[in-house]
Amino acid sequence: MAELTYLKAFNQGLRQMMDADGDIFVVGEDVGRKGGVFGSFAGLFEEFGELRMVDTPIAEQAIVGLGIGAAVCGLRPVVDLMFMDFVLVAMDQLANQAAKLKYMFGGTARLPVTITTNGGAGLSAGAQHSQSLETMLCHVPGLKVVMPSTPHDMKGLLVSCLRDDNPTVLVKHKRMFGVKGEVPPELYEVPIGEACVVRPGADVTVVAYSRMVPESLKAADSLAADGIDCEVIDLRSVQPIDTETVVVSARKTNRIVVVHESVRFAGLGAEIAAQVSEHAFDYLDAPVARVAAPFTPVPFSPALESRYVPDAPRIAAQIRATLDRA
Amino acid sequence: MTGPSHEVLRDIHRRMVRIRLFEEAAGRLSEEGRIPGFIHLYVGQEAVAAGVCAALRDDDQVSSTHRGHGHLVAKGGDLARMMAELMGKATGYCGGKGGSMHVSDLDLNMLGANGIVGGGVPIAVGAGFANKYRANGAVSVAFFGDGATNIGAFHEAANMAATLELGVLFVCENNEYAEFTPRDLTMAITDVVERAAAYGMPGTIVDGMDPVAVFEATAAAADRARAGGGPSFIECKTYRFYNHHGVQTLGMKYRSDEEVEEWRGKDPVPRHEDLMVEVGAMTPDGIEAVRAEIAAEVEAAIEFGDQSPMPDPDDLLANVYSDPAGRRPL
Repeated sequence: MAELTYLKAFNQGLRQMMDADGDIFVVGEDVGRKGGVFGSFAGLFEEFGELRMVDTPIAEQAIVGLGIGAAVCGLRPVVDLMFMDFVLVAMDQLANQAAKLKYMFGGTARLPVTITTNGGAGLSAGAQHSQSLETMLCHVPGLKVVMPSTPHDMKGLLVSCLRDDNPTVLVKHKRMFGVKGEVPPELYEVPIGEACVVRPGADVTVVAYSRMVPESLKAADSLAADGIDCEVIDLRSVQPIDTETVVVSARKTNRIVVVHESVRFAGLGAEIAAQVSEHAFDYLDAPVARVAAPFTPVPFSPALESRYVPDAPRIAAQIRATLDRA
Repeated sequence: MTGPSHEVLRDIHRRMVRIRLFEEAAGRLSEEGRIPGFIHLYVGQEAVAAGVCAALRDDDQVSSTHRGHGHLVAKGGDLARMMAELMGKATGYCGGKGGSMHVSDLDLNMLGANGIVGGGVPIAVGAGFANKYRANGAVSVAFFGDGATNIGAFHEAANMAATLELGVLFVCENNEYAEFTPRDLTMAITDVVERAAAYGMPGTIVDGMDPVAVFEATAAAADRARAGGGPSFIECKTYRFYNHHGVQTLGMKYRSDEEVEEWRGKDPVPRHEDLMVEVGAMTPDGIEAVRAEIAAEVEAAIEFGDQSPMPDPDDLLANVYSDPAGRRPL
């Protein structure tokens, strides 16, 4: 099996799907001739031409709207929003239109739109190019949101999104583009809404997604030396959430630590804490804990940003604190 | 003068009368509390929807607005399913999940009324892109009001359509009011069409109370779009006879009774009927017969809505997401 980077896995999955399905096209800023500002779409313009790799004005509402209209008319658009922060610029089209048309029209519409975007902090990109806004998207009925943490899941989740008849949002983490991993050369799916136990353990469960998965695994490794056996769950999809996998693990380890890069207040950690208390309250030996970004915009300076983003030492410290609860 | 054929004149007339009688009935039912929520009536603006849609092919798409009943009727909408939807019934176009502001019929290529001002404009551009992608020769129409041209989505969509050379007709129904605020308080220009030039697309002003003028402008713009000439802008000067929502006509603070009466004097329906009689396209008796036939259709639509069941509350969660069985095979 070949090793590919996180970004190349995306590129390969998209290329193969575009080969297989002539209704798929890509629309967005700099996606064609430039190949995407991060190289996500490298080579695709040369291969598929300007009708299927559509460079647009900087106009996020119209880009998403174009995807919606084309999807309602039977195409399967990939709509690229360069930074996740720009999702907010397109929020009417995304939340009021794409997410709701099917429901408002009594089920007659299909909206096979895949929004691809790049989220996450850690590149000194400042407060408007670093956000993790998945919670806002998860709150809108009608959208699905996936946030892969490995090259394998990147390709598999992308394929699932492209085959799905609902609006989906695939969030790449900007600090993971170069991460390598094994990727099957053929087309395959990672089902939307299925979490993965990436490290089985007995003492405590860490629930994470996107770049917080490798950080959590690092924390788990560091604790193993002290005999602490962590289970790590990669949610992979944040809408819908695989409640069952989390609850089964909670009933086994009796302790849950949720880790995410979006801000703590009203983040996914709150939702998971609620779900665990609804379904596994009697099994818990400690309150569900959250390791997340503080309630502040993402700062610019590396000195501040490294304090902002949760990391393995902070995750490990929270795991210890959760285990110390009698 | 060489105008549209008599057949086209009769077609336009039928579309206008279907809108007028449906809307008058919907207004009555709303007043009586038989239609929940609020409705934005299209009465007064019939010449626009009818003139545009009479010039379109069946496979041309239209996106609509919060004042969208007229667009669906003009596209050939089923009055019974529309009325049932307005009443919130299970048999309505959207199974009671959409209501007045979201009536749609994708089989008729009517991409939905839309509760967000300007929200449907980018969607029409997407339909225009799909037409280009498939090289099917179809055009798409974005209906929107003067007020919508102040919102960003309109400008983004207009620039997008022009840049990508899409066959999109931007049809502005300038009824002089953005909800309750007159146009001169919301833009510093008199003619909305001036905005088209900024995007490099041709624009024209037509009398929006004259369906023949609307028809001819639309046909020309559609021909141009089908020939690969890109988008056009048509500003239709028109007026809504009723309030922004509901059925109040006179005694409103934001516009004078004199102004309303003046515009009602330009009512597009009798005006078009006079024209048809004048050119011999229809006799007064023929017109009466069409009106009677459509009145019966509207009565039947009300009856259908009244007799239809409410949606099953257990269907609340249906259609939030598509059935996974509908997915593309790998």
